[in-house]
Amino acid sequence: MTTTAASTETTTTAHDDTAIDVRGLVKDFGSFRALDGLDLTVRTGEVHGFLGPNGSGKSTTIRVLLGLLRATSGSAVLLGGDPWSQASELHRRLAYVPGDVNLWPGLTGGEVIDLIGRMRGDLDRSRRDELLARFELDPAKKARTYSKGNRQKVALVAALASRAELLVLDEPTSGLDPLMEEVFQETIREVRAEGRTVLLSSHILAEVEALCDRVSIIRAGQTVLTGSLSDLRQLTHTTVEAETDRPATAVGELAGVQVLEQHDGRVRLDVESAYLGPVISQLAGLGLRSLTSHPPTLEELFLSQYGEVSAGPATEAGR
Amino acid sequence: MSRLTGTGALVRLVLRRDRVRIPVWILAQAALTGSSAFAVQGLYDSVEKRAGYAASVGSSGASIAMSGPPVALDSLGGITVFEVNTTATITVALMALFLVVRHTRADEEAGRTELLRAGVMGRQADLAAVGIVVATASLVVGLLTAVLFLAAGLPASGSLLYGGVVAGVGLVFTGVGLVAAQVAEHGRAAIGLGLAVLGVGFVLRAAGDVSDSGLTWASPFGWGQGSRPFGDERVWPLAVPVLAALALAALAGWLTTRRDIGGGLIPARPGSPVAGPLLGTPLGLAARLQRTAVIGWCAGMGLMGVAFGSLGPDIEEMVAGNDELAEVFAATGGGSIIDAFFSMVLMISALVATGFTVSSALRLRSEETALRAEPVLATTVSRWQWALGSIAVTVTGTALVLASAGLGAGLAFGVADSDARHIPVLLAASLLYLPAALLLGAVAVLLVGWVPRISGAVWGLLAVCVVIGWLGELLQLPQAVMDASPYTQTPQQPMAEQAWTPVALIVLVALGLAGAGLVGLRRRDLATG
Repeated sequence: MTTTAASTETTTTAHDDTAIDVRGLVKDFGSFRALDGLDLTVRTGEVHGFLGPNGSGKSTTIRVLLGLLRATSGSAVLLGGDPWSQASELHRRLAYVPGDVNLWPGLTGGEVIDLIGRMRGDLDRSRRDELLARFELDPAKKARTYSKGNRQKVALVAALASRAELLVLDEPTSGLDPLMEEVFQETIREVRAEGRTVLLSSHILAEVEALCDRVSIIRAGQTVLTGSLSDLRQLTHTTVEAETDRPATAVGELAGVQVLEQHDGRVRLDVESAYLGPVISQLAGLGLRSLTSHPPTLEELFLSQYGEVSAGPATEAGR
Repeated sequence: MSRLTGTGALVRLVLRRDRVRIPVWILAQAALTGSSAFAVQGLYDSVEKRAGYAASVGSSGASIAMSGPPVALDSLGGITVFEVNTTATITVALMALFLVVRHTRADEEAGRTELLRAGVMGRQADLAAVGIVVATASLVVGLLTAVLFLAAGLPASGSLLYGGVVAGVGLVFTGVGLVAAQVAEHGRAAIGLGLAVLGVGFVLRAAGDVSDSGLTWASPFGWGQGSRPFGDERVWPLAVPVLAALALAALAGWLTTRRDIGGGLIPARPGSPVAGPLLGTPLGLAARLQRTAVIGWCAGMGLMGVAFGSLGPDIEEMVAGNDELAEVFAATGGGSIIDAFFSMVLMISALVATGFTVSSALRLRSEETALRAEPVLATTVSRWQWALGSIAVTVTGTALVLASAGLGAGLAFGVADSDARHIPVLLAASLLYLPAALLLGAVAVLLVGWVPRISGAVWGLLAVCVVIGWLGELLQLPQAVMDASPYTQTPQQPMAEQAWTPVALIVLVALGLAGAGLVGLRRRDLATG
């Protein structure tokens, strides 16, 4: 962690290129600390992945950003304004999909979409109808008859049919089937192409990997890792699998290498990305027959963060 | 696996979930029946008074329509049955209906049944378990009724028979609830279906009793009462509700085999794919959400007004034959007996109407905890706009409900008395309780703003007002306590003089409380589930 800026300072230093700037955010519910000095920076025009296990504080952060909860301490700047005191003005410029979509049981999906759109002040009717068709949602059904996935679609169509510059999506696809997941990813790519900003809280790592420019990983109310996917990969290990004529017995003595498996001429090892060069040279010297290496998947990143016993301070990766 | 596997465990589950609810239902009914039954014994303690009652009430079509057949009205037992019958039978029917639907269709709708049925549980075990529990609760209510009648000093055979009548109605509506829960796809629709049966049953019995025809037997309310407690008694009619309940339970069981879990026999209708022009503001949303409740309350309170209003012309005659009754009315102040009667009746109906006000005001909280406030407040709608939209509907709805009661009473009395002037008088008298009702709503807003977790406590406050307004004179509560209720502070028209000061004061207090509640609402965290 690099910044411990006072709240007064950050509220005045909000830039046009920063859609969300959260610093040292603390939120207590009675004696329970839900957020414990969380940092989150979302740049204008990016799709930002917001990752963390259940109960780590993703939804709480989002609710503070929406002015539904009041921060205990720390600062949060949303679109250059204060999310608590300027909530209704700021909400004109954003659209939100809640993590747990609860609709009025007696209203139809179409009515809910129109209602939310009108209360936000912008509803693009043709875009709404197009999205309904793409998500294959029947707008004439009463909300009480919708499945979880369909309720999610109602919230998604309501948010995506807007021209809002910021979309705040709290696990928007947790109830969608793979086909609809694909439609969702398409629409988010369109949103990004229009230069709009997306904060995407998600459990589905493949989705984050496919969509996000940068990610923040949080745990127990603190940011443990933030940066672009490629930056994050730099920080971690690359997995190398090689087959050599002579057994690579000495490779484990190189700096930054951890051998995972070795028998006969086969070796599988993790190497810190910075030390990849010497490893490959040595393997080549042993008569390389085959070599595969792959960067860590987001899943591995995620697990490596949560697998550690101590979280340590947040790691700022790249600029 | 038998179709009834797991019934025992489910009975325990139902009892565990309703360990407070069922005793409250039963005790509330015992209190209602008991208090009327005991009051009657003192009011009609001589042969002349009972003869007067039989002559006046027993020949009044309106009274018979409301209460039941005039059986043995010259005896204390007959009069007691006549006085408690409407409340006793309707409340036991409501109890059975609400409890059954809560544990059948409402559970299924919430997905809880699916969880259970995936385990070791027979297809009809939930029906059987709920049926057993609610039927037992109905029998307990019947038994308590008999015990209270005995305690009031009434003959044993009639007391037991009438207990059977009450239990029988509960049993039939247990069956009605079980069937309705199979037929309708949603809990609310199932309740509506059951209430429709209740309403039609009541009307058929009323028509049958007034015309003294066999039509009574077409109504579930008519079956048990054929046993004529305290009159020319006979036991066999009590078998009819028992057999009907068993037949309905069997029908419900058969229906479970005809449909999928989650589905109903009457599918839900599709709605509009686009929102109407009004659905776009917090006010429009609140109006839409509470529309059905407002219409239902207006209809119910209007009917209640009509029932009371139609009794108007008979009141003088009823009271004339009874000194104690005359004293009760005289105690409420001077003026004519008819005015005193309507003053009392309109205050009671205002107390009932406040049930709408409180539940409507508490919608703020239920919308919040159901996380339906969240998507609204994530738009440009501010917390105050959201709350004020809902409050506006509470205020308008309360006015409409009170107006319906007053209008119903005025119209019915106007027709019965051939005098249209009663209409504006009773309408205005009823509406005069608007500030008092809204004061309770304002307390609800205050609690929602500052101590949302205990906002339901406002129901307790309403209960206190009901006790003061309804039973205060009877219980001879101290004047200071009597004066604490906004309903006793409101001039009780048409009897009392018009006085604007107390009404204006109530309005000011209500505004203050609601305003303070709104301040609290803007300062606190929203519920997060």
